[in-house]
Amino acid sequence: MAVVFERPKSLIDVSTHYCPGCTHGIVHRLVCEVIDEMGIEGDTIGICPVGCSVMAYDYFNCDMIEAPHGRAPAVATGVKRTNPDKYVFTYQGDGDLAAIGTCETVHSATRGENIVVIFINNTIYGMTGGQMAPTTIPGQVTQTTPYGRDPELAGYPVRVCEMLSTLTGTALAQRVAVDSVPHIREAKKAIRKAFENQKAGRGFSIIEVLSTCPTNWGMTPIEAIKRLQDEMIPYYPLGVYKDITANEEGNK
Amino acid sequence: MTTEILLAGFGGQGILFAGKILAYCGLMDSKELSWLPSYGPEMRGGTCNCSVCISDKPIGSPLVVAPDILIAMNQPSYDKFINVVKPNGKVFVDSTLIDSECDRTDIDCFFIPSSQLADDNGLKGGSNIILLGKLIKETQLFTLDTMKAAIEKVVPPSKAHLIANNFKAIELGMNN
Amino acid sequence: MERNLMKGNEALAEAAIRAGCKCFFGYPITPQTELAAYMAKRMHKAGGVFLQAESEIAAINMVLGAASTGVRAMTSSSSPGVSLKAEGISYLAGSDVPALIINVQRGGPGLGGIQPSQADYWQATRAMGHGDFHILVFAPSSVQEMVDMVTKAFDTADKYRMPAMILADGLLGQMMEPVTFPEITPNTYDKSSWAADGHKFKREHHIINSLYLQPDGLEKTVVERFKRYEIVKANETDAELYLTDDCDILLCAYGATARVVKSAVNSARELGIKAGMFRPKTLWPFPVNELNKAAESASVLLDVEMSMGQMIDDVKLAINCSKPVHFFGRTGGIIPTPAEVLEQIKKLGGAK
Repeated sequence: MAVVFERPKSLIDVSTHYCPGCTHGIVHRLVCEVIDEMGIEGDTIGICPVGCSVMAYDYFNCDMIEAPHGRAPAVATGVKRTNPDKYVFTYQGDGDLAAIGTCETVHSATRGENIVVIFINNTIYGMTGGQMAPTTIPGQVTQTTPYGRDPELAGYPVRVCEMLSTLTGTALAQRVAVDSVPHIREAKKAIRKAFENQKAGRGFSIIEVLSTCPTNWGMTPIEAIKRLQDEMIPYYPLGVYKDITANEEGNK
Repeated sequence: MTTEILLAGFGGQGILFAGKILAYCGLMDSKELSWLPSYGPEMRGGTCNCSVCISDKPIGSPLVVAPDILIAMNQPSYDKFINVVKPNGKVFVDSTLIDSECDRTDIDCFFIPSSQLADDNGLKGGSNIILLGKLIKETQLFTLDTMKAAIEKVVPPSKAHLIANNFKAIELGMNN
Repeated sequence: MERNLMKGNEALAEAAIRAGCKCFFGYPITPQTELAAYMAKRMHKAGGVFLQAESEIAAINMVLGAASTGVRAMTSSSSPGVSLKAEGISYLAGSDVPALIINVQRGGPGLGGIQPSQADYWQATRAMGHGDFHILVFAPSSVQEMVDMVTKAFDTADKYRMPAMILADGLLGQMMEPVTFPEITPNTYDKSSWAADGHKFKREHHIINSLYLQPDGLEKTVVERFKRYEIVKANETDAELYLTDDCDILLCAYGATARVVKSAVNSARELGIKAGMFRPKTLWPFPVNELNKAAESASVLLDVEMSMGQMIDDVKLAINCSKPVHFFGRTGGIIPTPAEVLEQIKKLGGAK
């Protein structure tokens, strides 16, 4: 019997620590499918963040480095600059990438570091138990915004792809979601494109993935998907914010 | 025997450069030596000084607090350091810029209008080197040949055309 | 061998390139600036990587990334910048990744000043970041020693898989002295058992990590690491003993201060005072046995530092407080003079 669906080889066959309904698993899988399809697992080095995906080094079968909170793009820079023939990606959440690591994010982008950044935006700190993230939407209730995020007090969210798209060094900034099959397919295409960019030496590629956190949102997985669609996508519109290959043939 | 030299003046007068020439003289003569600049905001126009030690033995503290030889290129530096020069020490003063008479009798003070001499001889900015010429004449610390070799080493290739002027400045200092 | 005249900062950089350092990541700060400037000029030509990072924090993490792949990597800074690197250094130590960090110390705390200081001794030897760990700390006292210690630091770091620091100061960094660069073939260490440089489908994947959520796993790892530290302590100490065989008063000093102290010891000897000097070249591990040997004939010790007294703790611990240990120091960027130190020697040693 023909096998039509199986676990990617670069995804280790273990139970993850992620909560039921969490979409990290989908994104891990997409990254691994791309790594497998490109046949680059043996030449890939992944950088883990601090946050829910801190232990992703136990799930990705390529070599992995665990970075301090927010510093993954700097660690990736060190790896890539000294190993330009290797594929390097970071896998970071919103607190890691857009709060404590904003400086490293912006500067690795503006330097045009030839790396892939997978950015999980679920509008909340998951690992520490549901505090306000830099991407928490105004009005959203979290442990540290118990009356809803009030921009008067807590400021406004950071729209990362929009911000990074203004930088010359950014090759690709695209926001995707993993709430539906068409969106998941789109997300995979984007991740593939990011790795292809690295292969071609085009520079910094960031794929922002709108993701869910049923546990800290206090929702069922299905309710969480619905929130992603009804509240997150309107605030964080999906799409390509920058693509330096957009005008090349075949890349419309 | 260690010779401790202090060079002091304004930033921009070539204090560190003159110190470097002395240091390279030491290197040429296979001596032990150290060169220590003052660093920080003063390098942008304020007072600037430079400690150079030349010795037959390894140098201990590279910071010169009581010099055997002082080169003073402005009034504040002269006022600040004239009284810490060791007895029997030698002092070389740009008398174009420093209007003082030395009342110490235990040191030799040489007043050379080095800025004026530099201007009169088309050696703009060469006051520091003129003082070095006077220094080697009066102290015999280094020979003229050593100092010429040091200058060739210190002047960067991009400014090689300035070497001849530096030689001229040394000889001017030796003969004044 | 040709003698070159170089600033300490430049000599450190040249020595690192010669020692096989393949990348430098830094951020500008006085008084170490010339080091990065030299690297910017030379590293690329030497086939390596120079990158000015957006912060000291980014720089140390770039070092973490590069070093994790088995490459010889370094960064340099001065006191306030080294504080920012503390996090990354803790991760390096916790992940057993070797790298070189240079601290050209200046006065502190806070923004402090930019003149030479030795006020980061405690930081370097006691608490270079959070957690139970040590780093190797080398203390050069001349520009030549800066050159020699860079190679030693890289080698020892690689040998024991731990970060190493060269603890210099603004005086050593800024001064020029003659140096020679011995012909060396950089030592290479086999890092293939742990480096995360792509498994090429030929081995299990490597993980560079300092996270252990199970406390027993973390304890085991830390205890194992401390066993390694014991080997380092037994084998890697180094010190200079100067005129200590018959000394009545033993001065203890490291780095630039030791030069001042040596001058003072020589003057004291001329006055008939039997002074000697103990100068640790490694601050961690601290040369305990060497100090006890140096102190054998002494009845009193005088510790001299460019700080309010930090190494003095290690001096007292090393001799078990068996003899009186006095202190003289200047801080905030002031370099003690030989005359000042001689006064202290006279007070203690001249009274005999």
